[in-house]
Amino acid sequence: MATLTFTGGIHPYDGKDLTKDKPIRRVLPKGDLVYPLSQHIGAPAVPLVKKGDRVLTGQKIAEAGAFVSAPVHATVSGTVKAIELRRVVTGDNVMSIVVENDGLYEEVEYAPALDLAASTREEIIERIKEAGIVGMGGAGFPTFIKLSPKKPEKIDYVIVNCAECEPYLTSDYRRMIEEPEKLIKGLKVILSLFPKAQGIMAVEDNKKDCIELLKKMTADDNRISVKALKTKYPQGAERQLIFATTGRKINSSMLPADAGCVVNNVDTVVAIYYAVFEGKPLMERIVTVTGDAIKHPRNFKVRIGTNYHELIEQAGGFKVEPVKIISGGPMMGFGIFELDVPTTKTASALLCMSEDDVSAMEPTACIKCGRCVEVCPGRVLPNKLMVAAIHGDEETFLKLNGMECCECGCCSFICPAKRPLTQTIKSMRKMQLAKKKK
Amino acid sequence: MDELLKVSSNPHVRSKVNTMGIMFAVVLALLPAAGFGIYNFGVRALFIILVTVVSTVLTEFLFGLYKKKQTIGDLSAVVTGLLLALNLPVSIPWWAAAMGGVFAILVVKCLFGGLGQNFMNPALAARCFLLISFPALMTNFATDAYTGATPLAALKAGEEVNILDMVIGKTAGTIGETSLIAIVIGACILLLLGIIDLRIPGSYIVTFVVFLILFGGHGINPAYIAAQLAGGGLMLGAFFMATDYVTRPITPKGQYLYGIVLGILTGIFRVFGSNAEGVSYAIILGNLLVPLIENITVPKAFGKGGGRYEK
Repeated sequence: MATLTFTGGIHPYDGKDLTKDKPIRRVLPKGDLVYPLSQHIGAPAVPLVKKGDRVLTGQKIAEAGAFVSAPVHATVSGTVKAIELRRVVTGDNVMSIVVENDGLYEEVEYAPALDLAASTREEIIERIKEAGIVGMGGAGFPTFIKLSPKKPEKIDYVIVNCAECEPYLTSDYRRMIEEPEKLIKGLKVILSLFPKAQGIMAVEDNKKDCIELLKKMTADDNRISVKALKTKYPQGAERQLIFATTGRKINSSMLPADAGCVVNNVDTVVAIYYAVFEGKPLMERIVTVTGDAIKHPRNFKVRIGTNYHELIEQAGGFKVEPVKIISGGPMMGFGIFELDVPTTKTASALLCMSEDDVSAMEPTACIKCGRCVEVCPGRVLPNKLMVAAIHGDEETFLKLNGMECCECGCCSFICPAKRPLTQTIKSMRKMQLAKKKK
Repeated sequence: MDELLKVSSNPHVRSKVNTMGIMFAVVLALLPAAGFGIYNFGVRALFIILVTVVSTVLTEFLFGLYKKKQTIGDLSAVVTGLLLALNLPVSIPWWAAAMGGVFAILVVKCLFGGLGQNFMNPALAARCFLLISFPALMTNFATDAYTGATPLAALKAGEEVNILDMVIGKTAGTIGETSLIAIVIGACILLLLGIIDLRIPGSYIVTFVVFLILFGGHGINPAYIAAQLAGGGLMLGAFFMATDYVTRPITPKGQYLYGIVLGILTGIFRVFGSNAEGVSYAIILGNLLVPLIENITVPKAFGKGGGRYEK
């Protein structure tokens, strides 16, 4: 079968060999846990506890602050030490609940498993909502909203994003290899919400063993198919993924549901499994701790709220002095300036590099080579958008479809003149989006 | 950690290809044509190449001193110098060659803002400047080995030409244009390295052939068409100068359109013009149309207008 793909994209060094063959190891946090109230898109969560309260593992400590929001749960037992501003990966200070870990891991009594056949649609969605599940691929959009489109009967495809196109990341890969049954059961939960939909597990073809395994395990289910995607960044970008798997196209102002699709990331689907069948809220995620500065790179099952310092420690510390540390992958992640930040629901990786490509390269004149145009999955003209952005020329920026940029970073990666295309276009987009909101 | 961490906006990795690498590859790809030129026309061809390269690099260096910013390291001036030499007859006086180099870099490139800002191919603009200023010097193709006219001029005069000689390059002409084989080897290097693609050369050559069939007055005459393709600067122009990043459209559709425009212009100049040659003028005229071509060929963004599925 021909592998599915989109037009454009790049092939950066993928660095997945550092971690892909090592089993996931569970990490139990030792120090304080920090739970930012904004780990998702939407309104911040509202604390339900106050300083001095004792909390249990799995206890809801903050509730959704609005419709578009998500609750936050304690992932250890202990005492609320403070509710204060704490630094997060983006460099912002975010109001956070700080819990002092008592090391007992006393748990709340989890809700019983739902019987899918006997539960209503609303019950299932309520369970997912109360579990605080958000898109764990990076965006952090509350999952229950994705699962409640206006017309559920119009959803034709439920896609699990198993592409993992971001270099260095192997967390989804390990999850698929080690816990495929949970992933498949999670997908079946979503499929039960959309009676007419087909389930698609879309995997990049650099994970042949995953494709084989998932195919074997879903062979008897005619609602689920496993599709091989061409290995290329950004194959897992939502719009490109939908196109590659279904041939449907959406633009920046449309939602996947407009094309009859619901897309969820691997960890998110597994979180749905835990919420529905084990009654557990979202408390853990897989984080790839990797990079050439790390002594023992591997994947960890991490409790949300765990300090990044502890992850580095678990991975054996630094082999060499890191120059750059990225929360997330090298294409879409955040460069962080200190490790004293918590693991959030959307933190997929901690990448520590001994060299920094970006500061080593001086931007030079654009020679109009057109590489940015060739690789742009959004089919826009990055070089012209950058010029418009620098000049603050909104009219040209909008006319050249600047808002269709998905900020994937391909243009900056490929540019032989090392110009910060994505970054400049991103700033202009942010300004335009802010303006629209006013 | 004693050292501070570096922070930047994503993406945090970059490809290894840089401007200098690309220019180096172009120089490499021009070497077969240059090498054959030296073999065909003798050591003086090497001398002319050195004169133009030194004059282009030196001009950029001096302008860099004035602007307090050096850019010769990107090798683009070397490419311009080399391309210019390949477009000159071997008999040209050294001072005219040097003057062409100065014109290409100073007037066409630096005064318009340097690399990436010139709206005409510097080497071709310089060639046209020399053609207009010193027509006799620029069209003197007589050497010890070749006394006759260039194959294209002969073809235009209705004489028989030896196509095999033209393919190998054992004919009169400018230093780098005579050997089809050498140019194609260079073009293959660029194609294999992904420096250029076939959009422009392909649409250019195909359009030109169609134009010849329709208006060339020889119908579908393989010998005539082959001679037109192998002769003059067509191949050098199509693969090395029409594909110049700075002066060709950046939009994929625009590149096809640009190739078509060049094919038609070259056809008009060669068939109806007073000169046998027409590639240089076609390309610099085409260069002027690039902003217009880009404007009308802005690609459709991914999913734009894609409301194919009801809400």
